[in-house]
Amino acid sequence: MKEEKQLLAPGHRMCAGCGVALSARLCLEAAGEKTIVVVPTGCMEVTTSQYPETAWRVPFIHVAFENAAAAASGVDAALKMMGKREGVNIVAMGGDGGTFDIGLQALSGMFERGHRVTYVCNDNEAYMNTGIQRSSATPYAAWTTTSPPGKKSIGEFREKKPIGYIAAAHGIPYVATATIAYFADYQKKVKKALSADGPAFIHVLTPCPVGWRFPPDRTVEVSRLAVQTGVFPLWEVRDGDIENLRITVKPPERKPVEEYLAVQGRFSHLFKPEKQQDVIDRIQKMVDEKCERYGI
Amino acid sequence: MAKMILEGNQALAVGAKLCRPKVIASYPITPSTHIPEMLSEFVANGELDADFINVESEHSAISACIGAQATGVRTFTATASQGLALMHEILYVASGMRLPIVMGVANRSLSAPINIWCDHSDTMAERDSGWMQFYSENNQEALDLVIQAYRIAEDERVLLPAMVTIDAYTLTHTFEPVDVPSQKEVDEFLPPYKPVYAILDPERPITQGSFGTPEYFMEFKYSQQKAMERAKEVIDEVFREFEEKFGRKYGKIEPYRTEGADVILVTLGSMSGTGKEVVDQLREEGAKVGLIKVTVFRPFPAEELREAVRRAKVVAVIDRDISLGFSGAVFANVSASLINEEKRPLLANFIVGLGGRDVRPEDFREIVDKSFRILEAGRVEKPVEWINVSGEVP
Repeated sequence: MKEEKQLLAPGHRMCAGCGVALSARLCLEAAGEKTIVVVPTGCMEVTTSQYPETAWRVPFIHVAFENAAAAASGVDAALKMMGKREGVNIVAMGGDGGTFDIGLQALSGMFERGHRVTYVCNDNEAYMNTGIQRSSATPYAAWTTTSPPGKKSIGEFREKKPIGYIAAAHGIPYVATATIAYFADYQKKVKKALSADGPAFIHVLTPCPVGWRFPPDRTVEVSRLAVQTGVFPLWEVRDGDIENLRITVKPPERKPVEEYLAVQGRFSHLFKPEKQQDVIDRIQKMVDEKCERYGI
Repeated sequence: MAKMILEGNQALAVGAKLCRPKVIASYPITPSTHIPEMLSEFVANGELDADFINVESEHSAISACIGAQATGVRTFTATASQGLALMHEILYVASGMRLPIVMGVANRSLSAPINIWCDHSDTMAERDSGWMQFYSENNQEALDLVIQAYRIAEDERVLLPAMVTIDAYTLTHTFEPVDVPSQKEVDEFLPPYKPVYAILDPERPITQGSFGTPEYFMEFKYSQQKAMERAKEVIDEVFREFEEKFGRKYGKIEPYRTEGADVILVTLGSMSGTGKEVVDQLREEGAKVGLIKVTVFRPFPAEELREAVRRAKVVAVIDRDISLGFSGAVFANVSASLINEEKRPLLANFIVGLGGRDVRPEDFREIVDKSFRILEAGRVEKPVEWINVSGEVP
């Protein structure tokens, strides 16, 4: 990554090893400085826009938690009416809470209306800004403060919401998944998304050292393992044509999912005090089934 | 200037159109639905050069307006009741970000029970949201107040959003003759929108909607309060200029036959018309009674009000809303405005017309009778009294 003139300037207050910070930098590097950023309430917002400072070297607006897509719709409409729409990118960057859950309605509205906005969901698989509560993006068996494992619980008991499919079902021009370890793939997708004639959605897996319980120097490694194990396949879909979903990064040989689980403290209850092989096997089976569909 | 027969919703829509908003985002809700319908028609037939965003909720309507206004254009939205309540959270954001958005509101009750008829509970619930509030007595006022609201809201000394309200059905669906100014006249009165600070431009990147720590938060709120205070002066200026140009006079309050009045009624919105009628009748009968219509509720015109009731012996505040557990919202504000006066009138509150119950001439007569009894007794036994209500639901 280039060190000179990062559009998200160093000195922001994001945690060491934050996947979202890396994602935002990569995204902006690909989008360039003619980009207006719309951000809902969340980690990224509170850590980058603390008055009277700002980490943003591009125009930035935050309105509230559940409405980034609606606010971005307004930005799109205004630029059109000002005759300034051409050559300007609008990128909304929300977390999984603001996208999968509380912001889903506004997001669906923005997709359906066809606003030319690239919506990037930086998914760290729980409400990290409030301190690691589960969201509908939290994966099966993960610990969070509101999906604690216990005598009657293995942690989160539901599967992750298929947000990419939900986006694609709107028939929007471009939907993709990405993660920070595969930055060339991610940045290529950002460029494709921005050149789409309408809404685009990129679901970016952004590991969170604090919430996933791994050392901050292992963010990229965890991100890579998510792809190599098949937990988070990288794909793209055009015009909602899910039948022709294209895998963009194919791991040469899928690693066992246990490798991905074992490096994260949020799954530690699957390994100690005694190993819960049945749960690990169940997760492996879920991943196998998914990967079979994708041919990976 | 042309005379048109318009219902209240249409008057608001025509008024908004004359102000040339560039982005309109609105979600239909009874009884304000005709406003977005008419505006989308104006856009569809080329009469209004604007982008109409068919949002999926009122929450997104106001959010899209914020996005657009923060980018640098004039915006408009309209709603009522539950729609306004759904916007609640974002209303504070709009005012906190100092975006001069103008919104039309059809005053309708809040659920439950669900009810689509008039009272002022919806806008009164937003009185602390940092929006200026203008209440219309009739459709002419609705049109005029929208145009003036933009001028006031966009004034550099103010930069606050504003809502212009019309009573459900009594105004929204009632046709009245309205003087509609020409586009040229309105253009002369309201110049094109020039954003002062709020603009999203890659050539000049700024951050809007910052995170405000305890070190700074109070200063932001203090600034909003100061802007509200300055707005009082700006409102007077704009009202004066409007009168010079269009010949119709507005005031933050409108005293009606208050000279020598022992009893003064305080009203908002369309019931003011009925109230004035009754005042005329009673004056003829020799009763010393007058009325004050509050047009601007935020900022609250405490100074004018104090002056206007100075010689009255009883002030009867008629609220078409109820802050459950205490009194009507208008009463609380009128009372607070007078509290430090050495000599002040007795104050009584009457709750009327909730959920579309008619506010009838006989209700006004009852209120006036009760007020004169207070005057004779020299004290208020029941500070908050409900009019035309049969009792608790069995």
